[in-house]
Amino acid sequence: MKLLLVGEYRDAGLAAEVAGLFGFARLLDAEVSMVLVGREADLPAFEGRLWLADVDTYGEYAPDRHKSLVLEAARREAPDAVVLLHSSYGWDLAPRVAAALNAALVSGVTGLDDGGYVVECCNGKMRRTVRPLTEPVVLTLQPGAFGQDALNGSPEIRYLEADGETSIECLGFSRPETGIDLSHAVAIVSAGRGIGSKEHLGLVRALADALGAEVGASRPVVDAGWLERARQVGMSGQNVSPGLYVACGISGSIQHLAGMKGSGFVLAINTDSQAPIGNVADVLVVADLVDFLPLLTAQLASRC
Amino acid sequence: MWFPSIRMISWMNILVCVKQVPDMEGRFVPNTDESWHEESGLAWRMNDHDTFAVEQALLLREQLKGGATVTVLSIGAARVVETIRKSLAMGCVHGVHIEDPMACERDPWQIASMIAGFARQRKFDLVFTGMQSEDRCSAQVGVLVAERLGYVCVTGIIAFAWQDAAITVERELEGGRRCTVRLKVPALLTCQPGLNTPRYPTLPFIMKSKRAVIEVLLPESVGLDEPKVSSRGFRAAERKAPVVVLEGESKRLAVEVVSLLEQRGVVTGRGGVR
Repeated sequence: MKLLLVGEYRDAGLAAEVAGLFGFARLLDAEVSMVLVGREADLPAFEGRLWLADVDTYGEYAPDRHKSLVLEAARREAPDAVVLLHSSYGWDLAPRVAAALNAALVSGVTGLDDGGYVVECCNGKMRRTVRPLTEPVVLTLQPGAFGQDALNGSPEIRYLEADGETSIECLGFSRPETGIDLSHAVAIVSAGRGIGSKEHLGLVRALADALGAEVGASRPVVDAGWLERARQVGMSGQNVSPGLYVACGISGSIQHLAGMKGSGFVLAINTDSQAPIGNVADVLVVADLVDFLPLLTAQLASRC
Repeated sequence: MWFPSIRMISWMNILVCVKQVPDMEGRFVPNTDESWHEESGLAWRMNDHDTFAVEQALLLREQLKGGATVTVLSIGAARVVETIRKSLAMGCVHGVHIEDPMACERDPWQIASMIAGFARQRKFDLVFTGMQSEDRCSAQVGVLVAERLGYVCVTGIIAFAWQDAAITVERELEGGRRCTVRLKVPALLTCQPGLNTPRYPTLPFIMKSKRAVIEVLLPESVGLDEPKVSSRGFRAAERKAPVVVLEGESKRLAVEVVSLLEQRGVVTGRGGVR
């Protein structure tokens, strides 16, 4: 099997998750080449051809031009599969490539299963196996699903160019609000949509106080303006790995789990016993938060 | 005499694509060939991402002082009419239903073929979709539609502004980073939660939506393609480690949880986390 991996340059550096692309190739025992819009000073270590285009020329986000570059590399390599990360870069670019190749696209692959690709569905609660009916196939891999091993070797660089103007004018990048660093917290109590209203945040804060923990949030809570965006845990927020993570009313979307799965002990409190947060939790308490949180806080406090 | 300096677009033709999905708290049971799930016993509602797409179309229509029409399209069984009416109750002008009872078994390529086939006939200036659906989570359909139409496409927008016939959007990237981009119509934008605050339907629109005539089309009439993938083995996600599920009376649960935390050494005897 021959794979064309699509590397990813993010925030002026090679994205660490790119290692997962090679992990996937190793699992399939596949021959690999890579196409990358990046810089020669920061290349992935592997043995194979690297089709390189300069990020200063082609930009970090110019998907129509990146599409042309990937298609050019695919034309030269004739791979069985073009493989990207299921990241903001990859999910944007992959359908463009698949449409041009008239190829099947399988998004968010987390595993292999009997000739098919395992993907998550129903917000991460369920799984299914998807089999492409065309060749080649385009795949996006869930970041982190296929390992982060260190790589070695030095690729054989081939420089790549593509014609064409971009119809998407990138005006620049901005940084998120900072000020709250959850990445070093020893414990985090996070609030999710299940808390129901802003008024119930006090219950979450009280539990956090009793545990000496920071308060975090899932995306809907931040979108609703109940907590600062700087407290958001997940793919578009912070990556955290505390010793204790308490998820209050968080169903556990793929994006949220991506940001907290490195946590030590995970206690989830949810009314749905099947919620996907249970896939990463050590303990799942099926209870109403308004009922349960004050009792848990009191029980913790009474031990002193 | 005063002439406006900006170029006015006299009329904007906007399409919003919405999907009806089950409430994700429901119990999903595989269908007989395990290609997807049974439909019984589930509650249905508008895909969360799509509510932001509807709202953005309506905000733009307001900014253009009504100089726009907003068509809402949904594909699916008869039940999806409810979601189209919800969009009309929020303020969309026309409702279109591609009646396809098999829609939930179709792959993104097929769904995109129908949307693009429909959109090509109507010459929309701007198309809004959700970034992804909550049930399929593939994030493919919007981009595939744009590629078929030859429209400019930006995914996962979290901010939108229309000025002087140009669109400026912010795309959400990893770690909360954002990318600001400018583009022109015709364009397709896929919307991320947090883009705006979707409105609640108001009574006058609710009344109007109940009487609204919804245009019904058949998949064949808009050009349904063959599938590109097959789907099997619909099942619950594997749980990595055996999760301890605790249920029962809240007071007893609190005691149980604290002793578990102590046993596992997560909290120390006195107060804080280890």
